[in-house]
Amino acid sequence: MSGTPIPGTYLFDGRMARKGYALNKMCYSFNDAKNRQEFRVDEDAYCDRFGLSEEQKLAIKNRSVLALLAAGGNVYYLAKFAGIFGLNVQDIGAQQTGLSVQEFKARLASYAKFNAAVTAGGPSHV
Amino acid sequence: MSEILGSISTSHVPAIGGAIAKCLQQDPYWKPFFDGFNRAQAWLAEHQPDVAVVVYNDHGLNFFLDKMPTFAIGAAATYTSSDEGWGIPTIAPVGGDQELSWAIIEGVVADEFDVTTCQEMLIDHAVTIPLQLLWPDRTPPVRIVPISVNTVQHPLPSAARCLKFGQAIGRAITGFPSESKVVVVSTGGLSHQLDGERAGMINPEFDELCLNSLVNEPTKLTGYSTHNLVELSGTQGVEILNWIVGRGILGSPTREIHRNYHIPISNTASALQVLERR
Repeated sequence: MSGTPIPGTYLFDGRMARKGYALNKMCYSFNDAKNRQEFRVDEDAYCDRFGLSEEQKLAIKNRSVLALLAAGGNVYYLAKFAGIFGLNVQDIGAQQTGLSVQEFKARLASYAKFNAAVTAGGPSHV
Repeated sequence: MSEILGSISTSHVPAIGGAIAKCLQQDPYWKPFFDGFNRAQAWLAEHQPDVAVVVYNDHGLNFFLDKMPTFAIGAAATYTSSDEGWGIPTIAPVGGDQELSWAIIEGVVADEFDVTTCQEMLIDHAVTIPLQLLWPDRTPPVRIVPISVNTVQHPLPSAARCLKFGQAIGRAITGFPSESKVVVVSTGGLSHQLDGERAGMINPEFDELCLNSLVNEPTKLTGYSTHNLVELSGTQGVEILNWIVGRGILGSPTREIHRNYHIPISNTASALQVLERR
């Protein structure tokens, strides 16, 4: 990717897609309820079946989203992993930013003050 | 010849599917979002499209990283949704329009867009949620042609390329000999970022610029590189590319019928925009 790095932001490019292939493939398998159950029963065996690296296995074990991203995970696939534990994108957003879930939600809600103005920029007859 | 009526562009945040399943439309958190769709539903009731061409990105349901097409066009008779891993309810199968699918495929390949064709294609929340929002509590009274854009694995198609791709789709539709009335449904965005320490970023100023530009100056957006788009609208805000494809399909000029911008829906600045061909 061209351009200067964007703080706190990781582009899922070819380098990361190669690095994270096994991890993302495992997470892709979680589309199937049977596979989610097999993972729950024996996490280590399930990770080994997909050939995860030690870095990836540790990140899975620690449920660490930032470590999973660094290990090549793509957030859309990681969301399927998080889903096993009933975690949504606000839960993982809080984890990555070091905020509580309530604080993370409050920060998002603070942008609501822009809603009226951006909506009003559209047609006036609505 | 087929007629393109206009477009409806909307966010496709998974949490919306959960809210629909739990009937939370009147809940204070959700009401301002769902109420925005009344005008879009009325516009659809007035214009009665036969086909919806849905421009979206797949989130690891139909496509895995083993094969990741930049642009893919559905050519199935029926499209089904499926378990995405985190609990979104599925919807009843939706019928396709294979004649139009192949007309679009023929047209865009002749126009030098070498697309992937899919005679089987699972549709994920990026298709099912917009259909539920536009035609609540019923099977959509339209046939669909899903068109998938890679917004997941970089390199992504550029904004300029997406506008041209949309224009090629538009020429294929309007050149297709049928009496079909077509609505374009573009999904995703606007600004949001799910991953990294910058998770939760929102950029209302850039979102407003996008909404304003899409009405009649879409080329204002084609100067932005993918890197610019990530910086300004977040790692998932790049789904604006789907909207840019959709705007290309409409051609120019258009009239904005309706807009609703609402933060927050989950981590996302949600938006709805209805454009009509003039």
